[in-house]
Amino acid sequence: MNLRDAEPATVARRVGDVILAVEGVSLAFGGVKALTDVSFDVREHEVRAIIGPNGAGKSSMLNVINGVYRPQAGQITYRGTKRSAMEPHIAARAGIARTFQSLALFKGMSVLDNMLAGRTLLMKSNIFLQALRIGPALAEETEHRKRVEDIIDFLEIQHVRKTPVGRLPYGLQKRVDLGRALAAEPKVLLLDEPMAGMNVEEKQDMCRFILDVNDEFGTTIVLIEHDMGVVMDLSDRVVVLDYGRKIADGTPDEVRANQAVIDAYLGVKH
Amino acid sequence: MNAATSRNLTIAFFVLLTFGALAPMAFGSARFPQWLEVVIGGLMSGVLYALVAIGLVLIFKASGVFNFAQGAMVLFAALTLVRVMEKLPFALALVVTLAAMVALAWLVERLVLRPLVNQEPIVLFMATLGVAYFIDGFGQLVWGSDIYTLDIGMPKEPKILLEGTFEGGILVSTEDVIAAVMAGLLVAVLALFFQKTGTGRALRAVADDHQAAQSIGIPLNRIWVIVWSVAGLVALVSGVIWGSKLGVQFSLQLIALKALPVVILGGFTSMPGAIIGGLIIGLGEKVSEVYLGPYLGGGIENWFAYVLALIFLLFRPEGLFGERHIDRV
Ligand SMILES: Nc1ncnc2c1ncn2[C@@H]1O[C@H](COP(=O)(O)OP(=O)(O)OP(=O)(O)O)[C@@H](O)[C@H]1O
Ligand SMILES: [Mg+2]
Repeated sequence: MNLRDAEPATVARRVGDVILAVEGVSLAFGGVKALTDVSFDVREHEVRAIIGPNGAGKSSMLNVINGVYRPQAGQITYRGTKRSAMEPHIAARAGIARTFQSLALFKGMSVLDNMLAGRTLLMKSNIFLQALRIGPALAEETEHRKRVEDIIDFLEIQHVRKTPVGRLPYGLQKRVDLGRALAAEPKVLLLDEPMAGMNVEEKQDMCRFILDVNDEFGTTIVLIEHDMGVVMDLSDRVVVLDYGRKIADGTPDEVRANQAVIDAYLGVKH
Repeated sequence: MNAATSRNLTIAFFVLLTFGALAPMAFGSARFPQWLEVVIGGLMSGVLYALVAIGLVLIFKASGVFNFAQGAMVLFAALTLVRVMEKLPFALALVVTLAAMVALAWLVERLVLRPLVNQEPIVLFMATLGVAYFIDGFGQLVWGSDIYTLDIGMPKEPKILLEGTFEGGILVSTEDVIAAVMAGLLVAVLALFFQKTGTGRALRAVADDHQAAQSIGIPLNRIWVIVWSVAGLVALVSGVIWGSKLGVQFSLQLIALKALPVVILGGFTSMPGAIIGGLIIGLGEKVSEVYLGPYLGGGIENWFAYVLALIFLLFRPEGLFGERHIDRV
C-alpha cells in the first residue's frame, strides 16, 4: 500500500525551499548525551520522518526544535532566522505546532475547549469584550468556533465535542491532540509518535488525516514514528538517529538500503 | 480506594454534616429562630474563608505553588487601601490598591517564580514563606503597624427579619449579608472570566498541563503574573470585607490561615471545592461552638477547622473535590 503514489500531485504538495534547519545540535542531560552534532533540514510542504531505536534522541530533537530543551551547541534556523535555542511560545507564534509522545492534553476541558485553546494565539480582541461577547469579540468568537468545528468534522470526532478529553479512549485523545495542534493553523507540524499504541484501523485513520493535512493545507510535517511501514508510506525524506547521532538521511528507499541503518535496527525489529 | 467507595464516602460525609447541623433542632436544645441565626452566621463567615481559599487554589492550579503569602496579601491589600483612603476617595483608593497588587504580582513573578522555575514544590513553598515575611515587613514599614479602621460605609446595625413568622424574628448582620453578596459577585466574575474568555481558557489550560500550554504559545510567565494579580484582587476583596468588620490589623493574617484547612477539605485543585469547603467549615465551627461549646468547654471555633482538616488528611488527602495526584511538570 503506498498512499503517497495514489495521491494526485497538488500545488500544496510541491516541495519547496528549506523552512527549518538544525545545524550541529548537541544536547546532554548530565552525563547522558541525547544528541550529538545533529544536522538536517526540512523543506516546505514535505513530510520529514525522524526514526531510530528507543532512546535514540528523536523526542529530544523535537523538543529542541520547539524550544522545550535548549541545546548546548548548534543552531536552529527557522524561516531565515537563526537561533541558538527556541522558546516554546516563540515557536508557537512563528507557526510551529506539535503533539507530544506522552499525551499532553487539557484533560479537564472539553474537546471543543481544547481546540479553542489551540487558537489562543490567533485571538485578538481584549478580555473584557470577550467576556461580554459584544462587538468584534462576538464575531471573532464565532469565527474561531467555526474553524474549530471544521477541524472537528475533519477528524471525525463530532460525537465527542463536549466530552472532557480525559474521559475519551486513548485513540481519540491522540486525535484531539492532533486537532489542537491543527487549530493553531501551523506552518510546521511536529508529531511525536502520533500512532503509538493504536490498532491497525486507528493507524490507518491517522495516516489518512496526516496526509490530508499535508495535501490540503500544505502543512510541513516532521514526524517521529516506529512503524516502518507507516514511515515508508508517508514520508518524503527520512533522518535516522542512533545513540544521539545522525546515521543516515535520505528518501525512504535510500534509508532502507543503508547498511548503518540495518545494523542499528538489527535485533530491534519493528 | 475506587471511585464508588470514594463517592460513598463523600455522600456519607455530607449526610453526617447535614445531620450535625440539624441535630440541635432535633434534640430540643435550640429554638428554631436562634438556630437559623447560627447557621446564617456560620455560612457568612464561611464565605469569607472561601474567598481566601479561592486565592490559594488559583495560584496552586496555575503554578503548582502553595502560596503561604495569601494571608499577608490580604493584610497588605487592606493596609494599602486604608492608608490611601486617607488621601483619596474610596473608588480611587481601590484602583491604586489594585495597581499595587498587580505590581506585587509582577515582582513575585520576576524575583521569585522565574528564577525558581522547575524547582521542587517545597522550594517554591519556602519561597512564598519568604514572600509572606517580606510583604509583612514592607507593609508595616510603608504603612505603619497600628490598627486602622476601614470605613467603607457598611451599615453596622443588624436587621431583624421574619418578625411576622417567629416571635422576636431573627437577627441578621447587614454587614455580613453585603459581604456575602460582594463575595458572590466576585466569584461570578471570576467564573465568567475563566469560562468565557480566551485568557480564562489559557489559564485553565496552564492549570491542566504546563507543557502542552507552552506548546500552543501560552507564555507561562505572563500567565503567572495574571494569576497572582487575580489572587491579589481576591485578597483585596477579602481584605476590604474582613478589614471593615474587624479593623485592619495583624490578626487579619491569622484569620487567613483558616483557608488552609478549607483547601484541604475542598481539594487543592478545585475552585468549587474552595467555596463549599469554606461554607462547611464556617457552618461547622459556628454550630458546634454554639451547641457543643457548653459541653466541651468552648473554644471549638478555634480548632474545629484544623481537626476536620486533619481527619481529611488521614483518610482522604485529595479532599472532597481535588484530583488524586498532584504533579507539577
Ligand atoms: N528530560 C530528560 N532528562 C534526562 N534525560 C533525558 C531527558 N529526556 C531524554 N533523556 C534521555 O535522552 C536520551 C534520548 O531520549 P529521547 O526521549 O529523545 O529518545 P527517543 O528517541 O524519543 O526514544 P523513544 O523511542 O523511546 O521515544 C535517552 O537516553 C533519555 O533517557
Ligand atoms: Mg520519544
